[in-house]
Amino acid sequence: MSPAVRFVNVSRRFGSVRAVDGVTLDITEGEFFAMLGPSGSGKTTCLRLIAGFEQPDDGHIEIFGETADGVPPYKRNVNTVFQDYALFPHMTVGENVAYGLRIKGQARAKRAAKARDALSMVKLAGFEGRRPAQLSGGQRQRVALARALVNGPKVLLLDEPLGALDLKLREQMQEELKALQKDLGITFVFVTHDQGEALSMADRVAVFNEGRIVQVGAPSSVYERPESRFVADFVGSSNVLPPAFASGHGGVSKWTSLRPEKIAVHPAGTAVPEKHAATEGEIKMVSYQGAVTRFNVEAEKMRINAEVPAGDTRFKPGDSVRLIWPKSAMVTMEEGA
Amino acid sequence: MSQAAIAERGYGPLDRVSDIFFVRPKLLTLVLLLPPLLWIGIVYVGSLFALLLQSFYSLDDYSGLVVHEFTLSTYAQLLEEANLQIIVRTVTMSALVTIGCVIIAFPIAYYAARYARGWTKAFFYLAVMMPLWSSYLVKVYAWKLILAKEGILTWLAKNLHLSWLLDGIMALPVIGGPSLSFSYIGTFLVFVYIWIPYMILPIQAALERVPSNYIEASADLGAEPRQTFWTVIFPLALPGIIAGSIFTFSLTLGDYIVPTIVGNSRLMIGQAVYTLQGTAGNIPLAAAFTVVPMAIMGVYLWIAKRMGAFDVL
Amino acid sequence: MSSSPNRATPLGLRISAIAGLLFLHLPLALIFLYAFTTEERSFQFPPPGYTTKWFGVAWSERPDIWPPLYLSLKVAAIATALALIFGTLAAAALSRARFFGRETISLLFILPIALPGIITGISLRSAFDIMGLDFSIWTIVLGHATFCIVVVYNNAIARFRRLSGSLIEASMDLGANSFQTFWYVILPQIGTALLAGGMLAFALSFDEVIVTTFTAGQQSTLPIWMLSELIRPRQRPVTNVVAVFVVVVTLLPILAAYYLTREGEHTGGSSK
Repeated sequence: MSPAVRFVNVSRRFGSVRAVDGVTLDITEGEFFAMLGPSGSGKTTCLRLIAGFEQPDDGHIEIFGETADGVPPYKRNVNTVFQDYALFPHMTVGENVAYGLRIKGQARAKRAAKARDALSMVKLAGFEGRRPAQLSGGQRQRVALARALVNGPKVLLLDEPLGALDLKLREQMQEELKALQKDLGITFVFVTHDQGEALSMADRVAVFNEGRIVQVGAPSSVYERPESRFVADFVGSSNVLPPAFASGHGGVSKWTSLRPEKIAVHPAGTAVPEKHAATEGEIKMVSYQGAVTRFNVEAEKMRINAEVPAGDTRFKPGDSVRLIWPKSAMVTMEEGA
Repeated sequence: MSQAAIAERGYGPLDRVSDIFFVRPKLLTLVLLLPPLLWIGIVYVGSLFALLLQSFYSLDDYSGLVVHEFTLSTYAQLLEEANLQIIVRTVTMSALVTIGCVIIAFPIAYYAARYARGWTKAFFYLAVMMPLWSSYLVKVYAWKLILAKEGILTWLAKNLHLSWLLDGIMALPVIGGPSLSFSYIGTFLVFVYIWIPYMILPIQAALERVPSNYIEASADLGAEPRQTFWTVIFPLALPGIIAGSIFTFSLTLGDYIVPTIVGNSRLMIGQAVYTLQGTAGNIPLAAAFTVVPMAIMGVYLWIAKRMGAFDVL
Repeated sequence: MSSSPNRATPLGLRISAIAGLLFLHLPLALIFLYAFTTEERSFQFPPPGYTTKWFGVAWSERPDIWPPLYLSLKVAAIATALALIFGTLAAAALSRARFFGRETISLLFILPIALPGIITGISLRSAFDIMGLDFSIWTIVLGHATFCIVVVYNNAIARFRRLSGSLIEASMDLGANSFQTFWYVILPQIGTALLAGGMLAFALSFDEVIVTTFTAGQQSTLPIWMLSELIRPRQRPVTNVVAVFVVVVTLLPILAAYYLTREGEHTGGSSK
């Protein structure tokens, strides 16, 4: 079976900038796929390439095995939820949702019924007559979602759809989107710069940097096994250990990632259990971060971050401590700098 | 959900055209741009060139006919004393009118941008727009009424016992005259009145773009209101002033109706052009005369563009 | 400038702003007053007496007013229609695309109002001479449409720039081709701006005199009629009556244009 979306060596340049630089990627049918990266990393351009707003300069794109080269957006059964929602301000909510059906030539009564269903699916039943300007940000977002889904797209594209919402609403929408995707079984491609969002929602994550995909995999594998320093830093935070340090502490002589939450903080001189490594240092900074407390420790002329569950008040800056971590938590990376 | 990924639609002729434009967006731009560009290019720029061409011809003094041979002699005529005076007079008037407009327009624009809210804002906007768009001739005519010897200004001066002041001003050399409607003062007043909305709107647009926290920041950093005005507000309003001055300067340079109706008998460029092409039939010299405002405005626009004045137009 | 509402206005500023507005409006008010004067030969102030007879005179005893009025209305209508088409096309092309020479072209489109009208006028006149064109309504229209294009262009491009690009993309994403997108999304968004631009263009053309004197030949538009009355007055109060009429005819579209663009303000953008 052909993948929902296939990128073969796709590049897109804007002037001299390579926004997308030789991306090859398969997105499987029915999966919730996240494109994660900092701004300017090419993730949004990749989404626009799938939608058809951009055309590749090199390489080619297939959607369900059919070539998308030169196919305009209005001929693709792919729909988009825009970052700014892009609701038509001169139409009511109902007209917005029915727009795609109206273009397809469906009868007024039929499309009104479908729009009603789509709106109740996103919990906005009865909002048909309102104007977009009368809605809250979260409601607009739902209308945009209904407007895209009512067309029965083969792939749904979401461009940072939760970016403009406040934290509480964002968490709620994350759950709803996830549930909706499971119900409908449609392939979702989701662009975000928020690693927490990508990890919590997606079946698979592609991490973008400078127009390239630097790692693709399930959230747990991207988080637990970063293959590069960029991924280690961008997805969560990480201590990047130089080869000499790694090999001196039971690792391989390569650049190595060690997550702060894997490191336990003990008083100096505490015994080191089996299969564990340790170093000694002095606490330079303590920052309280709600659920966790972060210690910044100077050890072996390096700064190492360790995170422990909040409530540990034993240590303060200037204290000598021993940092202990399981050797298995040290992840060797392919690329150092 | 049995739809194909690539929709099977788009067999109508409009879809086909749409597809072509999608693949070649530049073609769409060209198709859109070509008709208006041809209009402006042929009708307007073409005519400008026709005019420019005329300025390189000359008038045969004896026959009164235009000699269709390339010559610079017509431009040399521009430098004759009488013609040079016309140019200097017009440019001076344009500059003074521009300054007058800035002085009167700034408080209105400033008030409208910074203090007017809600209905006062709409009121100010309309109060500026209505005179801007109301009939040019009617406005000139209104001033003919005001400045007439038997008109309202003379009446006011008499009732305020200020006739001596008005008479004193009218007795002044150069700017005075037999009555206000036959003097430079009159011409100046009418010009300022007619062009002032063109100055208010760009200044207001420029001021509206100044975030109020700039002013608060300036005050926070210890600037007196006067210092804030000269160091923060005025520099940010400058592009608006320049944009407005494009209009006031240019419109004054080329106008011939105001000085004909309200003014003394000394000509301005517009009047010279009008009489030269009309009664005198000296199209070449008339054309050469119009090159003067064109050249001045060319330089002016170039400077204005560099100072960012076009952003507030 | 959005800022704290309860800030005191400096008194000097308030006085100079109000004085400025009075300066702008009193002269126009005077025109209305003079339309009712009994004095026929001079501009005496205050008028010695008041009468409404000049409205009747202008209506029934001065047949020379009507042909110029019809000509002005006809020219304004044609010039506005042409300007709406060409100005909108130009704004559509220049608001989105980025290409070499775009700046120059947009400068070209404001040139007809940036350069003095007399230049436009005499240029057209010499072009007509060279091409041997006889003066007709079309020579007047040619000149008027040129600067009316600029007015429509300015109005339309401002709205096009406010039109969010994602609205157009959303429409295409939902299956609409370029023409459907234009009809269902772009036109409703820019419609009021076009209507406003068209009304302003109409008012401008109806009132234009500088360019027209060069392109009309022996024909007389209403402003040309007024100009000749100004230079060689016959019945001064009748001219006043016509002036009042012209003020009203030009102000109505302007008020309508203002109302339309104001409405556009809160339907134009999806979020503020």
